[in-house]
Amino acid sequence: MHRLRGAIVPLVLLILWEVLSRAGVFSPIVLPPPSAVAVKWYQGILPGLPYDPATEGYWHWVFSGEMPHDAIASLARVLTGFCLGAGLAVPVGLLLGTSDRLYGLFSPLLEILRPIPPIAYIPLAIVWFGLGNPPALFLIALGTFFPVLVNTIAGVRQVDSIYIRAARNLGAGSWTMFRRVILPAASPFVLAGMRIGIGTAFIVVIVAEMIAVSDGLGYRILEAREYMWSDKIIGGMLTIGVLGLIIDGAMSRLNDHLLRWHRGLER
Amino acid sequence: MSAQIEIAHASKVFGTGDGAVPALDDITATVPEGQFLCLLGPSGCGKSTLLNAIAGFTPLSAGQIIMGGRPVTEPGPDRGMVFQEYALFPWMNVEDNVRFGLDIRGVPRTDATVTVDRIVATLGLSDFRKRYPKDLSGGMRQRVAIARILALDPPVMLMDEPFGALDALTRRTLQDELLRIWAEYRKTVIFVTHSIEEAIYLADRILVMTYRPGRIKRDMTVEIPRPRDTASGEFNALKRELAGLVMAEQQRFTSAELHGAAVD
Repeated sequence: MHRLRGAIVPLVLLILWEVLSRAGVFSPIVLPPPSAVAVKWYQGILPGLPYDPATEGYWHWVFSGEMPHDAIASLARVLTGFCLGAGLAVPVGLLLGTSDRLYGLFSPLLEILRPIPPIAYIPLAIVWFGLGNPPALFLIALGTFFPVLVNTIAGVRQVDSIYIRAARNLGAGSWTMFRRVILPAASPFVLAGMRIGIGTAFIVVIVAEMIAVSDGLGYRILEAREYMWSDKIIGGMLTIGVLGLIIDGAMSRLNDHLLRWHRGLER
Repeated sequence: MSAQIEIAHASKVFGTGDGAVPALDDITATVPEGQFLCLLGPSGCGKSTLLNAIAGFTPLSAGQIIMGGRPVTEPGPDRGMVFQEYALFPWMNVEDNVRFGLDIRGVPRTDATVTVDRIVATLGLSDFRKRYPKDLSGGMRQRVAIARILALDPPVMLMDEPFGALDALTRRTLQDELLRIWAEYRKTVIFVTHSIEEAIYLADRILVMTYRPGRIKRDMTVEIPRPRDTASGEFNALKRELAGLVMAEQQRFTSAELHGAAVD
């Protein structure tokens, strides 16, 4: 019942939008009717050419439409950039979190760099890497790096000393302490950082694609603007939203699984 | 290794200068192998500090702790510690918590499993092996904490108000369990509590400590045969005697607290 009630407002708005657009209150360039968006979206999903087993595999053909291609391209960039950024941030964070000396040396630098939005690096990224995937991946990795780093450092530094004392009492040396106590104790923070990080990566990928590359969802909606294809722009935005939802959902399920021992998950 | 603990002129001062707090002042006592000793006193009497010094967590300012002829310098599994806050590793299930110390010691997997099976059964945890600590009650958690150190067969067990956070009935059950384990494995136990009844119920010997600086106010042996009846005349006579000693220290603690002295 609650779910149905939740659908009322969106449905009413959608109908209102359709009616107003069809009545000519908005021009189709400003706000095309939702039905036109849906048609355009559906067309974007379909493969452009008929299936020919001689030239390509079936699944390759299924995903050969423009939108699947762009979605896969964006997703691949997010994942690659995320792996680069998080892959660097976690070890660095563990190091800075464990060593007070290194933390003291590097934390002022972090405090200066951290508030700079990754988007502000775009000009520099283009100067350094030119156009194409390298600057895009650099920006996405950067967007992932800081949230993961900051959370990893915090996670390591807040490990409850009672666990350290208990482990020392049971004879743990420093490697065991790190691997079996500090690492798992910090993992809720690290994973929270990753969730923020992949969210940032997803924002950055759209912007980076608008600037540096010639495929992907970000590129596609900017391209559609040049032709004033507002239905395609809105359709692309919808796809971006769905993709974001999938990524966050997957991340959250991974969290729930990895942190099934965690108190916060009690239901 | 002999499980005798010697506390030799142990003193501990926290902080320096005007803010210095004398926690322990020249405590000397010998705890023979197999003895169940309770450290009893109000908050701020240094009983936990002394226990932490024996565990090797807190270095003494002067004096030393000697175990088996050697001075204690660091924590070790020969002095297994049970904390009031359980301190179970929440990311490990019951079984892995109990196995943790055996892994560190390098016990082969199959031998470790045999030990874990036995210890888990001893503490009545067999049905909970795969549970995570968050899904256990306080009493169950403390059973796991005891199992975790027992798996390493330490000659000495150190217990820092282990049952302080439990309800009265669970508490009594675990006290009985502990006595059973102590009788079966003949460990030396040093048990910190502020409960007079708990001390009399459990201990062979009670050290009553004074409030700040911690000194030994009374060193007494409990002669009542086990199992002890908390309602018996001799139990209550002892309780009355100890209450007088402890409450005098508790009053010193309260007035210090009311006058703004730092509390540990």
